[in-house]
Amino acid sequence: MKPFMRTSMHPRLACLVACLLIGGMTLAVNPAYAIDEAPAFQDQAMQARYERLARELRCLVCRSETIADSNAPLAADLRRQLRELMAAGQSDAQILQYMTDRYGDYVLYKPPLVPRTWLLWSAPFLLLLGGVATAIVVIVRKSRLPDTDPSDPGLGAP
Amino acid sequence: MTSTPKSTRGLWRYLLPAAVLLGLVVFFYLSLGRDMQTLPSPLIGKPAPQFELPSLADPAQSISNRELAGRMYLLNVWGSWCVGCRQEHDTLVEIARRGEIPILGLNWKDEREAAQHWLRSLGDPYIASAFDDEGRVAIDWGVYGAPETFLVDAAGQIIHKQIGPLDLQIWERDFAPRIRSGRSAAGAANP
Repeated sequence: MKPFMRTSMHPRLACLVACLLIGGMTLAVNPAYAIDEAPAFQDQAMQARYERLARELRCLVCRSETIADSNAPLAADLRRQLRELMAAGQSDAQILQYMTDRYGDYVLYKPPLVPRTWLLWSAPFLLLLGGVATAIVVIVRKSRLPDTDPSDPGLGAP
Repeated sequence: MTSTPKSTRGLWRYLLPAAVLLGLVVFFYLSLGRDMQTLPSPLIGKPAPQFELPSLADPAQSISNRELAGRMYLLNVWGSWCVGCRQEHDTLVEIARRGEIPILGLNWKDEREAAQHWLRSLGDPYIASAFDDEGRVAIDWGVYGAPETFLVDAAGQIIHKQIGPLDLQIWERDFAPRIRSGRSAAGAANP
């Protein structure tokens, strides 16, 4: 039994391991090429900063994508703008301000915390609070009910 | 527990989900008519960004909106690749024919040859078109999709932005009143 299992399973397992390794290596080697055809900056820290900022800005044509993910011409133009602003020595805050001055808060992939978005940001906590309150009410109510389980020996005895 | 609170509680059990459902139905129904595509421009009420670009007609010439300072004008973002621009073109030609307001074209990410051909075959409503093949001026104006039309007043401020194709109905509703009030304000300022 054991030798048979070994011979039939092993090649498949090996193949799976190889596939995962190759896939993993591709991912590990290529991050710099994920956005543009070639890395935008020689400096690794600048390149990392560029990629982070590109993932913070929304492509306004394809709304659910960042400019890092999108192939739209506008996204390419905005990436070029981002590279130029970075090369000109602008800070992250200045760059994001430059974008919101032209495109509004919507260009930020993560919505800012302003009065207009309070409901948006607090919704998960409100829902959680609602769920916890409901659970407490249900549990308290159930625990107040007389225990009528006939299989419960504690209550059934006279 | 008596039977009266129990029956009201039983009633709530049906009324509450029904009320929530009704609320959602109303919310979704109202949301159906809402335009989710049009993003409000942060540039409304702000000075129109200045630009200088080569002319579409003649690369040796440059076009700038500085030349229109002190006048009301439209800036229309268009491209020969843009279906919505084809749709609104006749409206622009009609507005130009009326001669109420100059229309400056911003030819966005286009090919010169194709854009020139477009104007030759469909008519040219623009006093001039600036050739923005790199899309840099468009970014300054917060353009994200053609066609877009900006109304700039005599003080050089953007007072309205239309996203998507213009038609005469939109023109009469959104543009004509603003142009009229802009004119009368300017008339009152320097009679």
